[in-house]
Amino acid sequence: MNLLDYLIAHPHEVLTLSLEHISLAGLSVGIAIVVGLPLGVAIARRPALARIVLGTVNSIHVVPSLALFGFLFAVPWIGDRAPRMAVLALSLYTLLPILRNVCAGISGVDPAVVEAGRGLGLTAGQLLMRVELPLALGVIVAGIRVAVVLAIGITTIAAAIGAGGLGELIFRGLAMVNDSLIFAGALPAALLALLADSSLGWLEGRLRERV
Amino acid sequence: MGVATTDAAIVFRGASYHPAGGPLLVDSLTLEIPRGRTLVLLGRSGSGKTTTLKLMNRLLDPTAGELLVEGRPANEWDPIRLRRHMGYAIQDVGLFPHYTVERNIGILPAVEGWPSVRIRERVRELMALVGLDASLASRYPRELSGGQRQRVGVARALALDPPILLMDEPFGALDPLTRAELQGEFGRLQKRLGKTVVFVTHDLREALLLGAQVALLESGHLAGLYTPAEFLSTPDPLAAAYRSAFGAENEHSGDMPRAPGAGGGR
Repeated sequence: MNLLDYLIAHPHEVLTLSLEHISLAGLSVGIAIVVGLPLGVAIARRPALARIVLGTVNSIHVVPSLALFGFLFAVPWIGDRAPRMAVLALSLYTLLPILRNVCAGISGVDPAVVEAGRGLGLTAGQLLMRVELPLALGVIVAGIRVAVVLAIGITTIAAAIGAGGLGELIFRGLAMVNDSLIFAGALPAALLALLADSSLGWLEGRLRERV
Repeated sequence: MGVATTDAAIVFRGASYHPAGGPLLVDSLTLEIPRGRTLVLLGRSGSGKTTTLKLMNRLLDPTAGELLVEGRPANEWDPIRLRRHMGYAIQDVGLFPHYTVERNIGILPAVEGWPSVRIRERVRELMALVGLDASLASRYPRELSGGQRQRVGVARALALDPPILLMDEPFGALDPLTRAELQGEFGRLQKRLGKTVVFVTHDLREALLLGAQVALLESGHLAGLYTPAEFLSTPDPLAAAYRSAFGAENEHSGDMPRAPGAGGGR
């Protein structure tokens, strides 16, 4: 098992880089949720505004991720430290699936249910917290799931600007033409993505079947 | 304008609803809805009956004219307080699919901050009132029959004991047997509770069964206001068209139901 040589020889380094990877991806998605949830709620009932906001966020995806990491060098404070740049870039990337699904989830709630709630005398806030968000939660979690898998993948590229994470092993392996080093980075990254995908998929299924 | 001293729960004074760029949906409607009785808004699809109902609880605001609720201009009411003063039940029921029967019925008491013991008591009371078995309390709407869902919708509308009840074709989606059953029960319930009810329907039989008065709407304006007995005998061509469409032309007092005490109105 030549491929696992590095893993077995350096378990500590692989573990440290995995944790770094998880915290970079996790923090990025966290920020994307904190921004995307209220923004998505705000644009869900305003189709004209939603088109503009989603179009703008979508255009970020046109920029190749490697170039986006590079552009952020020029940004004050952010550009001082590689992990800051990586988190900002990853947050921008993962904002789209979250924003899109919050928007779709809320505007997809049965209008009869919303109208009944309004007619009964629920305030906009009560309607949001008790009816719209709970009913949209399955779709929102689906967006978070896409965002997490995306973030775990792109975080490997963040190593190119020195942000750390499992990408470091991959880039080192590429430079040294060392397959086992590449796999030592790629395998844990793939496993993390699979784990996140299946657990969030399970949660999504649970939430959707209630509706 | 002064304070209305009539015994009307809701008064329309030349109220119109004409959304920008859209058709005129309600055309200078003037109508008094007497307290403690049932007024049926009867009309075909697009006649403005649902829009008229939505003007009452400020889901829509009139673009001209005004309406008074309990003697106060509707636009001076806080919309949330106004809506909680009126129960609201609609055809698609609009039950919250992620809430059990108990939480659906108890939603308004819950947001009003009632203690949970009192909410549970009130829910049990309402379920008994609308003929729902207490064992259904923990069910979800998708686990209920159409008739049971409608009963939950009515119970939810009654939760805060509002003096006014707005109902938009609440029995429209039911099979004929269940529908007749619920109509009969609702008629008895209304006599017991004595609420002001505004009931929207396109079904003449339902209108005559439940209404103390029937307001006939046609393309946004009031085409006539009748008691059920008057509706059956008026020579008005539109009313006659309804009678013949529903096969009531040569039945006279046959099996067309007549509301007891009919004869008020005008």
